[in-house]
Amino acid sequence: MSKFSKKRGKSDPEVSTASLPDIIFMLLFFFMVVTVLRDSELKVSVNTPFASELLKLEEKSLVNYLYIGRPVKKFQDVYGTKPRMQLGDKFADIAEIPLFLEKHKIKVPEAKRPRITSSLRVDGDVTMGIVQDVKTQLRKSGQLKVNYSAKKRPN
Amino acid sequence: MKNEINAGSMADIAFLLLIFFLVTTTIVEDKGITVKLPPWSEEEPDITKLKERNVFSVLVNAQNQILVRGELTRVRELKELAKEFIANPSKREDMAEKPTMAIISLKNDRGTNYRTYLEVYNELKAAYNELWNELSLRKYGVPYTEEMPTAYKREIRGEIPLVISEAEPTNFGEE
Repeated sequence: MSKFSKKRGKSDPEVSTASLPDIIFMLLFFFMVVTVLRDSELKVSVNTPFASELLKLEEKSLVNYLYIGRPVKKFQDVYGTKPRMQLGDKFADIAEIPLFLEKHKIKVPEAKRPRITSSLRVDGDVTMGIVQDVKTQLRKSGQLKVNYSAKKRPN
Repeated sequence: MKNEINAGSMADIAFLLLIFFLVTTTIVEDKGITVKLPPWSEEEPDITKLKERNVFSVLVNAQNQILVRGELTRVRELKELAKEFIANPSKREDMAEKPTMAIISLKNDRGTNYRTYLEVYNELKAAYNELWNELSLRKYGVPYTEEMPTAYKREIRGEIPLVISEAEPTNFGEE
């Protein structure tokens, strides 16, 4: 009587594989998302300023990120509220920059090394003192291509 | 009587999850102002005597005030001032002899706000970008973009080279 009920007679009951692609897609999406999230786990609060003369960073594998900002609330008990730098996923001193750059460099094929860019993701309310120290250290390490991360200014 | 698991809703579940993750993730914006830092040298930079008319000095202090060639200026005036200085269309005695000789000198305090510093840098870069664009339109009839032929770009940047020299900051207002 119902138009959805199927009368197939003697066919063997089989588990449908129609949902298999969906499950695979789901897993794919899950892992895609998780890898991005882990990367941007910030321990300092970074609210980059607005600018208009922006340039897009080309290859992501050629970019290393240096974060500068005040520690987020849950780290303030330990690290205070003075601006700090974060390299990778932990707080770091200025002196640790050369090692950080070297660790990134060995993962890049030799031909592409001159194109490595350091992206400085700095909070707008930080004073220039710490930024200057980082810049000086970058210059001493021979990392001269720098990108000041900024947001597109809404018109 | 039904022998099959209903797979019709599977797609919906997958879409739901996809949309959930799409909404919750913040896409990392990989944009910014690209700068080439000068190489480090232990020796004091040799102070070549520059003619005063060729130097466009910009000072930003710990109170985030901007001093351009000795005069208090606001950020939004900076671009026009820099453009006029570099191009010097009216051949004034106190501005750059020619664009290749123009030098922008930028100096800040350690207590300067990063936001202000970047705004100033952005305006100076914008001045150059606009000059390049005007020159490109005049010479080749196309706007200046990063994607244009390298030969054109080199020609334009040779005629108006980007020279922003940054001095060591002074120790004021460090927190």
